Amino acid sequence: MTYPPNGEPRRAGAPAPPAVPAQRRGVRAGADQLRAAATTEPGRLRIIGAVLALLVLGFGAVTALEIDGRASAAHDVVSRSQPLSADAARIYRSLADADTMAASGFLAGAQEPKDVHEQYERDITEASRLLVRAAASTGASTSSAKEIATLNELLPVYTGLVERARANNRQGLPLGGAYLRYANQKMAGELLPAAERLYAAETGRLDTDADDARQWPFVSLAAGIVALAVLVWAQRRHYRATNRVFSQGLLAATAAATVVLLWLAVGHTVARAELRDAMVHGQESLDVLNKARISSLKARANENLTLVARGAVLTADGTQDQYETDYGTGMKSLGEQLASAGKLADDARGSRPVADAVSGVSQWQERHRKARATDDRGDYDGALKQVIGPEDSTGESFRQVDDALREALDHEQREFSAAARSGEGVLGGLPAGAAVLAVLGAVAAIAGVNRRLSEYR
Amino acid sequence: MTRARNRAPRAGLRGWGGVTGMAVACAVTAAVTLLPLTHGAGSPGGDTVGRGATSALSVQADACTDPEASLPPSSAEGPDITKIRKRGKLIAGVDQNSYRWGYRDPETGRLEGFDIDLVRAIAKDVLGDPDAVIFRAIPTSQRIAALEHDRVDVVVRTMTINCKRLEQVSFSTAYFQAGQQVLAPKESDITGYDASLKGKRVCTAEGSTAYEAMERQSYGAVFRDEHDGTARDRDQLTVPNQLDCLVRLQLGEVDAVVTDNALAAGQAAQDPAVELKGDKPFTTEYYGVAAKLGADDLVARINHVLEGYRSGGANSAWMRSYRTWLAEGLPGITAPPAPEYRNN
Repeated sequence: MTYPPNGEPRRAGAPAPPAVPAQRRGVRAGADQLRAAATTEPGRLRIIGAVLALLVLGFGAVTALEIDGRASAAHDVVSRSQPLSADAARIYRSLADADTMAASGFLAGAQEPKDVHEQYERDITEASRLLVRAAASTGASTSSAKEIATLNELLPVYTGLVERARANNRQGLPLGGAYLRYANQKMAGELLPAAERLYAAETGRLDTDADDARQWPFVSLAAGIVALAVLVWAQRRHYRATNRVFSQGLLAATAAATVVLLWLAVGHTVARAELRDAMVHGQESLDVLNKARISSLKARANENLTLVARGAVLTADGTQDQYETDYGTGMKSLGEQLASAGKLADDARGSRPVADAVSGVSQWQERHRKARATDDRGDYDGALKQVIGPEDSTGESFRQVDDALREALDHEQREFSAAARSGEGVLGGLPAGAAVLAVLGAVAAIAGVNRRLSEYR
Repeated sequence: MTRARNRAPRAGLRGWGGVTGMAVACAVTAAVTLLPLTHGAGSPGGDTVGRGATSALSVQADACTDPEASLPPSSAEGPDITKIRKRGKLIAGVDQNSYRWGYRDPETGRLEGFDIDLVRAIAKDVLGDPDAVIFRAIPTSQRIAALEHDRVDVVVRTMTINCKRLEQVSFSTAYFQAGQQVLAPKESDITGYDASLKGKRVCTAEGSTAYEAMERQSYGAVFRDEHDGTARDRDQLTVPNQLDCLVRLQLGEVDAVVTDNALAAGQAAQDPAVELKGDKPFTTEYYGVAAKLGADDLVARINHVLEGYRSGGANSAWMRSYRTWLAEGLPGITAPPAPEYRNN
């Protein structure tokens, strides 16, 4: 407040007469005019009115802009980045599932069970479809685009190897098993890592969007505080000059600015909280559940491949079966991921399926131990039944785990969407509301100043 | 170390016939010629010619100079035979992955192959019933452990006789002579383990005899993966299992495979477009039936079974089994390897 406090209206009339009209040009001319205007009270009042109107309008405009940015980031979270992250997770899962199904179908013999084969086909179709969709919403130069290209190149190579495995197996040639192991090597060594990187990139983008949406609207808040402060000062000046407590116009402008500021602060705080809730309780659960599901699929594929390879592939030190070792590693990470999913689950509907998955896993491990013992005794057919049989098999336990994880994922996805949508909804009317209120406030401020100005005429 | 050399003429005398004699003579000539190439400055005509798998032989104790020599045949009863008789079943550890040797037909679920026939012959002799067998499929790594822990009575699983293993298990006499050989597409210009490999991509199984041979003499072939032995190893040229090489060969990722000719025969049987190159394998190793260390009555009995299995010339059980399973991919064998027995 550098304006010199001035109680008395000095002189009526003669507001800023244009002294040298010919030179009225540019900024300099404007500044001269302003300086001239400031020497008279009506001139000062006009300036005050204009500044007030501009401040209130500016506050409204900044709020509308900034919150629109936050709202569109929140909208992106709900309608773009989270679906893309979920799609990437589905691509990842479809590929892992296809590999598991290929191994299961192979183990069943020359004639693959129909449902297993159909599931494999569905997985491949879904992965291709989602890859096209992901490509459509990804910039050509991003890391996601690179991973999508890799996946598009490798997927036909993978399916080709699986078909060769089938053709050889159908003829009773052990070469089929070697092809299947090569297909698995491509999947586990190249496709799944690319899918994992795609998922990580998309999830990273989701985090960025969520952070953008949750960022405090500092500029708007600052503009609101400045506007209110100047309004208060103007009213104090008005009171000193006239001894009238209220200027209705200025009061209305103050009320409008206050409403916008409160709406801004409260609305954004609520939206922030909702988004935080969506990210912490929804997205983090989704992330760990997605990873758990992939781990269980990988472990299942390795369990099947142990029987496909029949001891043909050993660990580097030559003492252990490679696939059995990989199965163990997968089950260990599955256990850890389920434990953190259990901690993240915040309600009964979320934690029940996780608990189901945990009990499925321990049953799976128990049955796996028995199947291994059967196989180690040399009873391959018995072990096969214990792994891919319809009842009391590790396959049954795996399905229980997979179903439970799917249920948990569906639940967390709903939680996420609900929280994120309500966060987005809170911000929904704010830009428009701020704009309207700001215009009304500016009009009121000018009206208030004009009323006072009219006293000089 | 003259026993190795003596072996071939002695075998000829046992009635292999003049043609076989010539073939064996050729083999010895070829082996001696190849030796400087495969073993560098090693002593020509040394022990490794006849006993290819055991280049470590010279550093072994004197007790193991001739690992293929086994106990003299006998049908005498002993504790191990009695145990099998009491049980009424022979428990045999076999492979179920090696086409034409020990392989589970996915259609029938039955195990079949050259090794399986031999197991049935042993069961017929000991128990009077070729089907009185419990087959236990055991992975390569578990062959010795399965015997040591009495999970199986015998292991018949393309198992090479060598001195190191003799410290842990007992072997019968040799029932098959194998060796490393080059497998390539029929129309390929590769002619064998020679200069025609120059610039070609050659696939071998990780840590195999074939890989060691390539390390000694590669003839300018490419056989190492770029990041071999690290996490970035893509398993293109050195693969976990010999059958993986046929996959790479069919996909055009490699030009040739170096592997045991017995296993290569199984590969050739699965792909009519490939064949073994070169006249003879460039190393020699022998397969034997393994039993628990000290199960002397069982080993002597198996040697007794093998005597009968080999006898009968072209119509011997051995030759019949050979014609059924192996002749297609591994043509030209006219007789089983001759047995060698310990003097004591």
